[in-house]
Amino acid sequence: MKHFSISFIVGGGLTTLFIIAAILSFFWTPYDVELLNIKGKFATPGFEHLMGTDHFGRDILSMVMVGTRNAIAVSLIAVGIGAAIGVPLGLWAAATCMNGSRIIDELLMRGNDLIFAFPSLLLAIMITAVFGPSIINAIIAIGIFNIPVFARVSRGAALSIWPKEYISAARVAGKGSTRISYEHILPNILNLLIVQATIQFSIAIIAEASLSYVGLGSQPPDPSLGRMLNEAQTMIFFAPWLAYFPGGAIVALVLGFNLMGDGMRDILDPKLRQRSETGKASNDAS
Amino acid sequence: MTLLNIKNFSLAINDKNILHNINIKINAGQVVAIVGESGSGKSMISSAIINLLPQGAELSGEILLNNDNLLDKTEREMCLHRINDLGMIFQEPMTALNPLETIGAQIMEAIKLTKPKIGSKDLQKEAELILEAVEMKKSRFPLNTYPHKLSGGQRQRVVIAIALSQKPKLLIADEPTTALDVTTQAKIMKLLLKLVKDYGIGILLVSHDLAVVADVADHIVIMKNGKVVEQQNTITFFKSMKHSYSKQLFAAAKHKLFEKNVSVCSEIILEVQSLTKEYDLGNKKTLKAVNNVGFTLKRGENLGLVGESGCGKSTIARCILGLEKFGKGKIWIGGEPFYGQKELRHCINVVFQDPFGSFNPRHTVERLVAEPFYVLKKSLTNFEKRVKVAQILKLVGLSDEDLKKYPHEFSGGERQRIAIARALITEPDIILLDESTSALDVIIRNQILDLLKDLSIKLGISYLFISHDLTTVKNITNRVIVMKDGAIIEEGLTAEVYKNPKHEYTKSLIEASPDITRAIRRKEENNNENTL
Repeated sequence: MKHFSISFIVGGGLTTLFIIAAILSFFWTPYDVELLNIKGKFATPGFEHLMGTDHFGRDILSMVMVGTRNAIAVSLIAVGIGAAIGVPLGLWAAATCMNGSRIIDELLMRGNDLIFAFPSLLLAIMITAVFGPSIINAIIAIGIFNIPVFARVSRGAALSIWPKEYISAARVAGKGSTRISYEHILPNILNLLIVQATIQFSIAIIAEASLSYVGLGSQPPDPSLGRMLNEAQTMIFFAPWLAYFPGGAIVALVLGFNLMGDGMRDILDPKLRQRSETGKASNDAS
Repeated sequence: MTLLNIKNFSLAINDKNILHNINIKINAGQVVAIVGESGSGKSMISSAIINLLPQGAELSGEILLNNDNLLDKTEREMCLHRINDLGMIFQEPMTALNPLETIGAQIMEAIKLTKPKIGSKDLQKEAELILEAVEMKKSRFPLNTYPHKLSGGQRQRVVIAIALSQKPKLLIADEPTTALDVTTQAKIMKLLLKLVKDYGIGILLVSHDLAVVADVADHIVIMKNGKVVEQQNTITFFKSMKHSYSKQLFAAAKHKLFEKNVSVCSEIILEVQSLTKEYDLGNKKTLKAVNNVGFTLKRGENLGLVGESGCGKSTIARCILGLEKFGKGKIWIGGEPFYGQKELRHCINVVFQDPFGSFNPRHTVERLVAEPFYVLKKSLTNFEKRVKVAQILKLVGLSDEDLKKYPHEFSGGERQRIAIARALITEPDIILLDESTSALDVIIRNQILDLLKDLSIKLGISYLFISHDLTTVKNITNRVIVMKDGAIIEEGLTAEVYKNPKHEYTKSLIEASPDITRAIRRKEENNNENTL
């Protein structure tokens, strides 16, 4: 029987809520997000519009739903790119490091450091500025700064698995580094990578919002949480709800993923699990 | 005078009974040894005395230190007892010291706890004295030495020094030599005995090997499944042990010579020719781990490779397995030069030391044992693989039901059987046993050795048995090679080498390896001297 921590339950709950809202937005939103209704602009949050309307009379709730969907999609693909490129690089670096040819390892990891050295958001702004603002370029930009994170985590974790005797046994069985990395190393570092992915995911949400905020993410009329914040900025004194709801959505989404990541680390890391179990037992005893 | 008196002590952790009604007495100046297999609860006694039990422990009974019940103490009072009365030596010297602090700082920290007002000069002097007491010379090991510069045995001396620096009345030593070589083990045991004489402290020695403690203990307590099954004065114990488990332990501690008639076969299946392996230490310095080593292994022969840690025997193993590139020399397997190519890998396999680290925890036994099939040219169907794996498992004493289990469901001995199954699956000519039995309890160790003997006779495989312990090797090999500092110093038939060792070092190895019959004889002689 598994005991879930409170952080996992809260985080998981928040995340599920947002994912349901995002999926729902594919089929149904309270109002059409592209429908302008100048007559009904700046409606305060109420029964008709749960989160009010903006300066074009668009329904904020609908926009938050679609914006959340976009943010999740962008982050998911971006983190996927980072993991798909970063993890094999990290495993490769670890394998070469353990097998004597340290040059490849050094090259890979110093290249990593180079990407790491740029502030991630600045890098993303640079990429979108060069290739033009669009949602695809935002995905690529966020994806690129995810690569070194995954490469570093998987290299470090793989290095701790390589000296184990079952790796030696696999090598005695004639298996090469690629096969060993895939068969033995990857399954044993997967829990770390999953936890890292949830953390990177919440960072990617913020990155997406920031890029949209400066106008380099998804383009109008596609709703985006970041751009909604940007637009709300000038009207914050008489229509503060324009900022509250998208801002709140970003905070809750990031918080949800972070808490879920924390909770998952506790569940997936057997060492931590044991500790929490003995802790529980002592609580029961007292 | 009774120093420590454990009375009707029982312990349960999370409602699981660990210890039942334990009664043990320790006098000042006496060494009491608790012997039992892993899981018998022997380490829990030492943790209970010093009150370092895991959470969820429920205790009953009394642990009296100088007629003062330790179980009633608060944590704060216990701290004072730990400082003033109790010392502890742990099993693993490699992790017992803080790597960031010098040995001097760690000893002085301990002294300072007992004497808060001591001046820094006196403190240093005292730390030096303590190091001298554990036979670490000031000229070679100044106080500003860092732990990483010391070997396992030297670190264990420092750990003992830390424990001693507080002048404890009772020293608890939990498997203090299990992680060490036999030669180092013998030295540490001698040191412990000397401390008993010089300081008059009591020692509680916990071990799984009767042969190790036979030499030093005055009183032996045999434990099984959380119960004391027998306790006696050492000499009376060996003369008239009653419990069947004690007899079993005693039998396990005795080593028999290996009897296998090597069918005179001249076919050489492994030849190592002037193998040299150097490690680059930086600063243009190199370490010759293996220096010009050569030997041959004939079909059906079991060869032992003995030496203390750091002598290069494991490096040789890794070279023979093709896991490590070597500089000079050649390795021939079945008449062909071997440098790690896949084609020859089916001829040789390995069983490693650590039964817990040798398996991917996420694979089933079936997949683990079938792994070496990868090396065969002809790929087998899954059904053929399963049939073969099941056969092999039966051969090593496991059943078909184990196919679908994961490694964590097995005990250390069973895992070592799985490792042997994995090594056997491609029907190799040679199996390399790299300290394969040194992580196991004595009884399990003997079972595994028996299994290996059976297999070698049944299947005609050759073993290259690598170990630091000559007695283990004696049990299973026909011929033995003794190594020191990367070179071979003696070679010959096992029985011959064991009876008439030529080299001084071999003599010291034989002298150091725990031998229960010799220990009892020595004990009786001492006793007679004392009574005369």
